[in-house]
This record gives sequence, C-alpha cells and structure tokens, in this order.
Amino acid sequence: MSAPLVWIILPATLAIPAMLINNQRILSVLGGSLAILLALLALIIPIDQALQIGNFSLKIAPAIQILGRRLILVPADGPLLAIFYGLVAMWFFGGEVTGTAHRLVPFGFMIAALLVASIAVEPFLYAAILIEIAVLLAVPLLLPLNQAPGPGVMRFLIYQTLGMPFILFAGWFLAGVEASPGDLELAVQSATILGFGFAFLLAVFPLYTWLPMLAEEVSPYILGFLFWVLPTITIIFGMGFLDRYAWLRTSEQLGQILSLSGLLMIVTGGLFSAFQRQLSRQMAYAVIAETGFSLLALSLPPDKAVETVFLLIIPRSLALLVWAMSLTQMKEKVNPLRFRFVQGLARIHPITAAGLILAHFSVAGFPLLAGFPIRLALWEGLASQSLGAAFWFLVGILGLLTGATRTLAVLVMAPEGTGWELQERWGSGIMIGLGVIGLFILGIFPQIFRPIMANLPAMFEHLGK
Amino acid sequence: MTTLAWIVVGFTLATSAGLIIIRDWRLELGLLGLQYVGVFWLTNQYWPISMAAIKLVTGWMAIAILGITRLNLKDVDDESEQFWPQGRLFRIFAAGIVTVIVITASPRVEVIIPGIGLPVIYSSLILMGLGMLHLGMTAQPFRVILGLLTVLSGFEALYAALESSILVAAMLSTVSLGMALVGAYLLSARILEENE
Repeated sequence: MSAPLVWIILPATLAIPAMLINNQRILSVLGGSLAILLALLALIIPIDQALQIGNFSLKIAPAIQILGRRLILVPADGPLLAIFYGLVAMWFFGGEVTGTAHRLVPFGFMIAALLVASIAVEPFLYAAILIEIAVLLAVPLLLPLNQAPGPGVMRFLIYQTLGMPFILFAGWFLAGVEASPGDLELAVQSATILGFGFAFLLAVFPLYTWLPMLAEEVSPYILGFLFWVLPTITIIFGMGFLDRYAWLRTSEQLGQILSLSGLLMIVTGGLFSAFQRQLSRQMAYAVIAETGFSLLALSLPPDKAVETVFLLIIPRSLALLVWAMSLTQMKEKVNPLRFRFVQGLARIHPITAAGLILAHFSVAGFPLLAGFPIRLALWEGLASQSLGAAFWFLVGILGLLTGATRTLAVLVMAPEGTGWELQERWGSGIMIGLGVIGLFILGIFPQIFRPIMANLPAMFEHLGK
Repeated sequence: MTTLAWIVVGFTLATSAGLIIIRDWRLELGLLGLQYVGVFWLTNQYWPISMAAIKLVTGWMAIAILGITRLNLKDVDDESEQFWPQGRLFRIFAAGIVTVIVITASPRVEVIIPGIGLPVIYSSLILMGLGMLHLGMTAQPFRVILGLLTVLSGFEALYAALESSILVAAMLSTVSLGMALVGAYLLSARILEENE
C-alpha cells in the first residue's frame, strides 16, 4: 500500500459510487465519516515507517509512479493531510442541512484528491495542471444542471484557467534562472510570469471581480467550500516555489510585492465589505481579505511566514463554514440576500443570524473569536516591519468590522413590538451552534491545534528554516 | 519545411481569426477542427508523431463533444451578447490589432526562448492572442469554451517545445477534454433552465 493510493486514489474512486446515492443524509454522513477516517489515518499511521500492532506490521510506502513521474507523500505531509481531510469532513457533514450533499460529496472528494495530488506530484510544477482539472470539476459543483451559467461562473472558469499556462511557463523560466543565476533580466521575467499565474489563481487585486459576481449566482455553501479549499492549496503550492528557488526566497522585492498585494486585498476587501448591502457579496469580499492575510503572512520574515500561513488555515475554514451555512439557510427564506429583504431576520432565525454575524466578526479578527489570535500575530509582525503597512492593515480590519456591524444592525432591525417567531431548523441550528462554539474555542484556546500544526513547516526543506 | 511552416502560421491565423469573425456554430467547430491540425503540425516539430497525434485526437474529441451537445439544442439567441461589440468589421479590426501585436512581439519572445523557431512562436502567440480576444468579446458559454480551447492549444503548441513528458501530455489532454465536457454541461444547464 502506498500513501498516494490512500489519500489520493481512494477518495477519487469513492467519488464515483457517491454519485449514485440520492439520499442527502446518507451521503453527508458517509462522506464526512470517510473523510474523518482519512484524517485519522494520516494522524495515526506514519508514512514510510513500519507500524507494529501485535503480530501485524503495516508500512505505507510514500510514492507511486505514473507515466514516468512520481506522486509522493512524505512523513512531513501527514499533519497537513490530517488537517485537510478533517476540515473536508466538516464541510461534508454540513452538506445535508444545506441541501448540497449530492454535489458536494462526490465532487468534493474528487477535488480534494486532485488538490492533495497537486501537493504530491513531482516535478511539483505539474500541480498547476492538477489545480486546473480541479477547477474544471468545480463547475458542475457550483452550478446545478437546471441553472443557467451567469457571468460569474464564466469568469471563474476563464481566470482560473489562465493561471495554468503562466505557471507552467514560469517553471521553465525558473529552471533557466537556476542555470544562470546572474541573469537578472531572466529572473525578473520569470518572477513576473509566475506572479501573473498566481494572481489569476488566487484572484489577487485587481483580478477578483468575478468573486462577488459568483457569490450572487451560486449556493453560498458550495462557494464557501471552494473559497477555502482552492486558495489554501494554491498558497501551499506557491510556498513550494519559494522553497525550491533560493533566489526567489531571499528576494527583498518579492516580500514587498507580497506585502503590497496582501494589503491591497485586505484594504479593498474590507472597504468594499463595509459598503456592501448584499450578504453573499460580503462573504466574497471577506474571502478576498482572507487571501490578503495569507499573502501578507508570506511576506513576513521566513521564520514566521510559514507558521503564520498554516495557522490561518483552520480559522479560515471554520469561519467560512459557519458563514456559508448561515447564508444558505437564509437564502432558503429570502432571495436575494439584500439588506432590505433580510431586515429583522434575527427574530425568526436567531441562531442563523448569530452564526453569520460571529463568522463575519471572526474573519475581521474580533477578540475571543477564531480569527483574532492570528490577526494579532500578523499585525504585530507587520508593525515590526512597517508602521504604514500596519495602519493599512487596520483600515482593512475596520472595513470588515463595519460590514459586520451593519449586517448585525440590519438583522436585528425589526419594527417595534415585533415578537420572536422562531422558524429555525434543528439540524442547521445545531450545526451552526457547534461551529460558533468552535469559533470561540479557537479564539480562546488558539494553542489547541498546536501539536499538529507545529510539524507542518517540516513539509518544506528550506522555507522557514 | 520553412515554407510549410509559414503556411501553418497563416493557417492558424485564418482559423483563429475565423472563430472570432464567424457566428455559425457549425463553421466555428469546423474551424476549430482545422486549427487542431495546425497544432498537431506544430507539436510534431518537437514530439514524435505518436505523441503529437494526442493533440489532434483530443482536440477532435473535444469538438465532437461540443458538436453533439450543440446539435441537440435548439438555436440559442444571442441575448446575453447584446451589449458587446457585434459588428463583423469591428471583430476583423480587433483581430488585426492583435495580429500586429503578435508580429511585433514574436521576435522578442524568440530571444527569450531560443531554439524554438519563429513560425512556432508566431503560431502559438496568434492562437493565444486571438483566443484571449475571443474571451474578451463574448459571455456565451459556447464561445467562451472555444476561446479557452484556442488559448490552450496555442499554449500547448509552445509548451511542447519546452516539455516532452508523457504525463504532461496526458494531463493537458485531460484539461482539453474536461474543458469540452464543462462546455457541454454549461450549454445543457442553460437550456434546461429555459425549459423549466
């Protein structure tokens, strides 16, 4: 048995029978349980080491060969696999209450498997093609067969596809830079092409116009899943470039570019969120700001950058999960999700409204919530580099907080004398409630995942050392 | 060989510009099919014929997927495109501008990526440039997919000169086929919503 077989080929294969199951509850529970199992296996069974259980000995080989190239998962990838499949399981468990399990579980498994393959493939450059295949699979996930594609879906497909050629070309150029490190012109050209590739993939300013459009067109829950999974793996893929090429890693200009793009995304995402009156679009702007936080984390000194990027993964996923689930519940009652239509909805759906508000506050880095400790660490790291950058970071955060406060005001703004009229569904109420508790636990005890997260920087040979 | 190479440059220019100018889906698919013959020839300069044939077969399979889907749908009007520039003259002019830019930029690209040969660079940049122009001029799923396939085929023609891995060839073919399947899905989704 080999690690790619367990964490790549098995989930991709499981997706096919999952397509044949019609019952949302069975699909959601089965998919979530299998993802949890994969996470536990990654946590318990060490890769490339013999595990002795009584007389029984088990060893998972790290690699398999495909058409002359390798898929390899080393022992250091174990914690990331555990976190990744653990978070995928959370999304799958929410598939039933959001009515998306029949698309989310099969396509989610395929996308998860492809994205793990993108971390495992050697040469690592080919990850760009695997991410592109995952993007193609995201289209039927985003769009049910009875819904016409809007401009958001088309732009998502175009922008994500354009990223792949740039990254593959950049890989060829970077090999040239390695061969002749003194060629400054070639280095600039390759870094520029690489930058364009990642700008398309991560929807970096100003290439993110499709994000709010897409948010209005499709199910918020599916969108939340994709907005978590795609940027997270793309960032890790990007870190692979920094790890592989010393000149890129040590370049001062790259740090400045990452910092500037990150800040632009946080500030624009925050400000657009503050003035936005559509709840789905607010989530999209928060996602833009989240990607900005990741880019900003990468611009920190190398010893802090890797750890900070990884620490962003769990709070981001949890906040988006609660937010997207709450939005999906609201969308069932009110569509479109504009301020004037959702006024006073907290009287009817208090748990859903609370989930939405708290997730928004968490992304904004409000104290006691999951996003707070990492935003604080990021802000502190930024302030030690540049006070100007720390100021603009604050502007972005204030924008997000303003958006959250406005939403809170609108949701509780019922005419005087209006009583409580609970119409909350138990299933979704419990799921959102658990998510909110998770947001508080991560905010109050941020060290809870420290034992798993501590080993993640070992995935990279040079980065963060 | 050289004369043939320049004929292929003209051929890819004619097919990709034709995709922008013509508005009949049958002709568009026919032009795309011819375009893949050009891509096959370009790829064959660097890859053995058995591997280069992958591009041709994949491309034609993608066309078959799109053609069968489109054939089963009633004629779709161009409502979603009413705000876009529609005139044929405008599209010819825009394609001309992109061609001029490509002709100007290609010698520079040859300096950056030496040893590929100017005709291959011209052809692939024409495909990528006109594919991008196509994407900028349409919001219709069918034409967006044609634009994306054109951009990808230009990229594949150039990348074949740099990378000859079988795995990459297989994965890029998967992307092209996947793109056609996504196109078929998007076309069907649109019609199913109209029928509901």
